[in-house]
Amino acid sequence: MMTSLQTQLEYDVEAIRADFPILQRCVNGHPLVYLDNAATSQKPRQVIDALVRYYEFTNANVHRGLHTLAEEATEAYESARAKVARFIGAEPESVVFTRNTTEAINLVAYAWGLANLKSGDRVVLTEMEHHSNIVPWQLIARLTGVQLHYVPFTPEGELDMEALDDALKLEPKLVTIVHVSNVLGTMNPVEEITRKAHAVGAKVLIDGAQAVPHKPVDVGQIGCDFYAFSGHKMLAPTGIGALYARRELLEEMPPFLGGGSMIRRVTHQFSTWADIPTKFEAGTPNIADGIAFGAAVDYLQQVGMEAIQQHEQQLTAEALRLLEDEEDIVIYGPRDARRRCGLVSFNFKHVHPHDVAQILDARGIAIRAGHHCCQLIMRRLDLTATARASFYLYNTVEEIRTFVQALDDVRKVFGKYAG
Amino acid sequence: MLDDELYREIILEHYHHPRYKGALPDANLTAEGMNPLCGDELTLYLKTDGDRIVEARFEGRGCSISQASASMLTEAIRGLTLQEAKVLQERVKAMLTGAPHEPFDEEDDLSALEGVKNYPVRIKCALLAWTTLEEILSK
Repeated sequence: MMTSLQTQLEYDVEAIRADFPILQRCVNGHPLVYLDNAATSQKPRQVIDALVRYYEFTNANVHRGLHTLAEEATEAYESARAKVARFIGAEPESVVFTRNTTEAINLVAYAWGLANLKSGDRVVLTEMEHHSNIVPWQLIARLTGVQLHYVPFTPEGELDMEALDDALKLEPKLVTIVHVSNVLGTMNPVEEITRKAHAVGAKVLIDGAQAVPHKPVDVGQIGCDFYAFSGHKMLAPTGIGALYARRELLEEMPPFLGGGSMIRRVTHQFSTWADIPTKFEAGTPNIADGIAFGAAVDYLQQVGMEAIQQHEQQLTAEALRLLEDEEDIVIYGPRDARRRCGLVSFNFKHVHPHDVAQILDARGIAIRAGHHCCQLIMRRLDLTATARASFYLYNTVEEIRTFVQALDDVRKVFGKYAG
Repeated sequence: MLDDELYREIILEHYHHPRYKGALPDANLTAEGMNPLCGDELTLYLKTDGDRIVEARFEGRGCSISQASASMLTEAIRGLTLQEAKVLQERVKAMLTGAPHEPFDEEDDLSALEGVKNYPVRIKCALLAWTTLEEILSK
């Protein structure tokens, strides 16, 4: 087993930082400290190069055309799919490229949901869900009459497993749950939840937007039916994401969008569908960003997902340690860094998080303030917003300290009221 | 420090000591405002006697800029007629959005909001109370 010192020596954060051009930037006269990674990650040179190389050298449409460029573009796009699939322990046929997590969840809601859910059926969600895993089901509920049942979380910010067990007694058709909360940082026990849900005959969808970028994920090991995630939170460009679904489900499901590429034969009244996963990728896909997604996965694998998770846990532990010492600050979510993924939501007792974010921005420190698209969490905590610092493979312990020190500027502006 | 222009003393003072905060049970005009991007909420209560605003209060949760702006609004519109309130509302909105307007005297608390126009993401915070008032006045 490696000692933590050895790990630190092997994890060369400065070498990683050198790959990210934007980290050289100054903001408001200070070196950028980017702590808004849960919103979107920065991009390494290798990913930017993959985009440029595609447009300068290969650009052509995929899956049609017999010329060299079309063949090369198809090969690059499909090889990126294979890389993304391997990254989460899946077969390439089981991975549909989408715009993002939101589109992946909508694909399941409309293609699987409309075909399999009917009035009186139940869908179990949690109060930790991002709006992207709530609103699509509300739309489906309006069309089908399905009932949405929410599992709450405990005051410590962990899923209430007793309430989940009770919810499963209702024999839901689907359990749809976030892997890592983008507000609380909580890592949910998705394997256990999947096992329990399957035992009552429910399908399981997991929103992995905040998990896949930060820790090793193996969909086979989890055993889930659907798994959705976004490229842009894991070094890839915006506009590309993925849905994993079990092969049999993808084969059974009707298409989501209709158009070119996704067909086998078109007649006046009827058409037949292409094989999976192409059946779910109507029209010209996002070829360039898909290829760059492959480059992003290559980069993450080279660093190693276990090493990244360990690095982020150190950053999270340091942030929690420093913030816990501050009497005027409230921290949300589990206190143990090992039960979280790399982010910390917090508030000053008497300063609104927008004011905190504004004052930190003057010091070149980028954090997020708001409801983080999780109004159900805010309501449960009786808040309208929190501040959130979220970390990634290129952040340093020094940056965490700079960030916590800069909170003194908030106290300066807001004076004695800050506590 | 970069934020001096935004966090003027008078804004912080209104934020910490809002002038007329709380529900107004006998209000005859109310409206709710919300900023869906950031979750800020505001309810504005007016009581009128004929055409004149005799009482104005607000309830809400939000950042220093949105709350201070609401506090200033309740103070500024008391005693005005609805037409005068409309003129004031348009004048503040013009100031916050950088449109031509009759400037506020430096002695007037509302002049402290002028700095907000240089912080595009915060303009909507300062505007929240005034767009809520606009909704009441257009009813």
